[in-house]
Amino acid sequence: MKVFSKIYMGLVFALLYAPILVLVIYSFNEAGELGSFSRVSLYWYRQLFRDAKAFESLKNSLFLAVTSSVLATVIGTFAALGLDRMRRRYIRNAIMSVTNIPMMNPDIVTGVSMMLFFVASASILGLASPLGRTSMIIAHTTFNIPYVILSVRPRFLQMDRNLTEAALDLGCTPSRAFFKVELPFITPGIISGLIMGFTLSLDDFVISHFVSSPDFQTLPLYIYNQTAHQVKFSMYALCTLIILSILILLLIINFAGTFGETNNNKILKLKRKESRS
Amino acid sequence: MKKESVLIRLRGISKSFDGETVLDNIDLDIHDKEFITLLGPSGCGKTTTLRIIGGFETPDSGEVFFEGKLINDLPPYRRQVNTVFQRYALFPHLNVFENIAFGLRIKKLCEEEIRTRVKEMLALVNLRGFEKRHVSTLSGGQQQRVAIARALVNNPKVLLLDEPLAALDLKLRKDMQNELKNIQQKTHITFIYVTHDQEEALTMSDTVVVMSEGRIQQIGSPVDIYNEPVNAFVADFIGESNILDGVMLEDYKTKFSGQVFSCLDYGFEKNEPVDIVIRPEDVDVVPVERGMLTGKVINVTFKGVHYEVIVEIDGFKWMIQTTDYVAPEATVGIYIEPDAIHVMKKSQYSGKIGDYSSYSEELEHLSDVNEIPPAEVRYEE
Amino acid sequence: MRSSVRHRSLLERAAAAPHVVWAILFIVAPLLFVIYFAMTDAEGNITLKNLASLADYSNIFLLSVSFAFIATLICLLLGYPLAYFMSRASKPARRALLLLLMLPMWISLLIRTYSLMALLDNGGLLNTLLVSLGFERIKIIGTGGAVILGMIYDFLPYMVLPIFTVLTKLDPRYIEAAADLGCNGLQVLGRVILPLSLPGVISGITMVFVPSISTFYISQKLGGGAFELIGDTIERQFQHPSTYHTGAAISLVMMILIIISVAIMNRFSDNGGGFVV
Repeated sequence: MKVFSKIYMGLVFALLYAPILVLVIYSFNEAGELGSFSRVSLYWYRQLFRDAKAFESLKNSLFLAVTSSVLATVIGTFAALGLDRMRRRYIRNAIMSVTNIPMMNPDIVTGVSMMLFFVASASILGLASPLGRTSMIIAHTTFNIPYVILSVRPRFLQMDRNLTEAALDLGCTPSRAFFKVELPFITPGIISGLIMGFTLSLDDFVISHFVSSPDFQTLPLYIYNQTAHQVKFSMYALCTLIILSILILLLIINFAGTFGETNNNKILKLKRKESRS
Repeated sequence: MKKESVLIRLRGISKSFDGETVLDNIDLDIHDKEFITLLGPSGCGKTTTLRIIGGFETPDSGEVFFEGKLINDLPPYRRQVNTVFQRYALFPHLNVFENIAFGLRIKKLCEEEIRTRVKEMLALVNLRGFEKRHVSTLSGGQQQRVAIARALVNNPKVLLLDEPLAALDLKLRKDMQNELKNIQQKTHITFIYVTHDQEEALTMSDTVVVMSEGRIQQIGSPVDIYNEPVNAFVADFIGESNILDGVMLEDYKTKFSGQVFSCLDYGFEKNEPVDIVIRPEDVDVVPVERGMLTGKVINVTFKGVHYEVIVEIDGFKWMIQTTDYVAPEATVGIYIEPDAIHVMKKSQYSGKIGDYSSYSEELEHLSDVNEIPPAEVRYEE
Repeated sequence: MRSSVRHRSLLERAAAAPHVVWAILFIVAPLLFVIYFAMTDAEGNITLKNLASLADYSNIFLLSVSFAFIATLICLLLGYPLAYFMSRASKPARRALLLLLMLPMWISLLIRTYSLMALLDNGGLLNTLLVSLGFERIKIIGTGGAVILGMIYDFLPYMVLPIFTVLTKLDPRYIEAAADLGCNGLQVLGRVILPLSLPGVISGITMVFVPSISTFYISQKLGGGAFELIGDTIERQFQHPSTYHTGAAISLVMMILIIISVAIMNRFSDNGGGFVV
């Protein structure tokens, strides 16, 4: 059984990773065709680095990811705070249902709905070009907010109400209690929401495909356009670089996360122990 | 304990949540330097009373006075009281030192004073050397001490403790009871303590306030509460009791279980129906011929120091604690001294509790008590 | 514990307001525009023509549903054992396996689809390998199988992750209790583990089915244009303003279908306890 499970896992993960590995390997193939592997070289990387458009879209992607994730984190964190303080359950539920729409809906529907919204409202307001940088920021912020709320709200729910009361008891005014006690407690949620938003924004292709314009291209859009008609090996190089940066980012988060998580686990274990005795 | 001055005065406090009355017209005086315990089953309103004193709840009606000043609307951070919360509520992002220093930092004291006072507190609660420890690495008892230190370091006039020992195991709980009492005597701070554990209340308190269904049933010293319960609820909640239906024939003479007994109680109407309380340890098992009442032994349980014997007399099951072995199924007599008989006025609790026919399910008795609908009879003392 | 209501400032209660405004503007309003476009013609007159014309697309709907269904089913059959084996691994191994599973999820599906192309292409590695071993070259790209394979490859991690999460949280005492009560290994799986992991299965199915049925990129790249799915149709309609109305109508119908099926699935998972093998 043990052996079988290992073989099975090995096979499925091989299936998951084989294509990625092939892509990475072929990005170093100077021949520039899939049929034969001539020589290991950085030729396609050099080609890529000569591509001003690739840099332009990288810049756009990073700008967009930072702007939309920060914006979404601010709005989402305040929203989680407001939801936490809200007393009427039906209002809270209504807000949460609307919030969940972008996560439930297929991306393509979110994309076309926003495109229609931008196009129609621009024609109502008499604006010339509705799509571009602004529409992209709005769209990305919109699909990031639910993820921020989703990662901040549980922190509020997990928080012992007595913590806030203890701060008040020890002389904090309500606003000081928030900054000295509640904010530190929800910070891990805020950070994970921020990171999630950042990566979702970097990754997004489908929604961007509908709300962007040719003069504001992000990396995924650039890759899509470049590979629409033929195989381009400089794109292999670009994808390899993206995969590498994701790998590094994921490893960093994972090791940073290990620390926080063990701490949480310890607290949980202690609590469990006490409640049992 | 001398009761010099009233520190906190509650007058006519009522509070309800979602239409459900939790506190019903509470009057209570709390004296300076007193260890007072609010005791009652869950849902009796004891925690709400504490939270009103702490400023976490506002009463729907009634007044809260602190040193003679009305403080109904004073927020918690302006009150001279501090709280030890039920599950301690230590700040998870701060270490032991910073948790204790929290209130002092809010007051913007200088670093040096903070350090001295935190050190003093750590010494007081026996946690020297724990400054740098993270609170999540502490045991329950240690967290408890940090919570106490964090509250006491602010020199409050009053310390509120909300079931602080509930999460600890039995042995640790006993140790902490003594320690809390010592701390209270050393610091001369008024302690208001909330618990559902009657033994805890009797062990530590100067004054016990027994509560049920949002009302105060009895206020008194532990000895008074135990020996002179005012009604069947208090008698049953504090310790073990046999509670029987009786009639007060005249002063010093009562009748129950078909027999007339002399007792030390007086001041009732002639032939007034009453509740009779007899503590299990006050009943002697004697040979049938010497017994005032006769019954059959149903169950005998060895409890270490004594045997717990259930004797059925006239359909009523008595609990008797005796150091002498009694054989099951035997017919025995019982003997009761006049001073062991305590007579109480009838109350809404009469007849609901006090029989040991289902004695092993004592806890169920209590939950039954909670389900009694609010009665028309008022019996505040 | 009841929390005190008195110390809530107006600011705290208004904290959710920016999010509410944002959600109304950029989530609700765009969806209303979809409905509006679906129900009007180019002149802005209300019409049911767009919705009626959807009958022409019924074959595409059917094809999309069957492709997505097959892909989801295979993902489940492939993913459940993987999630199960992963959950039974030792704690450090589980961490590593989880990381291995998450990495592909973080890589844009654009890149992963693209990498699959490199592997399956007519001149790709697989065919080169086959030819060098003396086999016939097989045409994979442009077949229905390639499209389904693309869906499986892209979305398999989304099936595994929720099932894995539920399985790791499963209290091992349930398994011990079942064994204690006389279940053999297979019976434990069928009577305890499977029913208890149903919520994970349901959310896995949703997470694979929804993007599969709405994809347009996978069918474009791997279907070689031979298979038009709903996503492709929608995407094509939004290339030109004159067909926005039809596109909106298709999106609307797809959205409603998905909402209904997700709602049914969620109901199923709420009553999950009653599932007996």
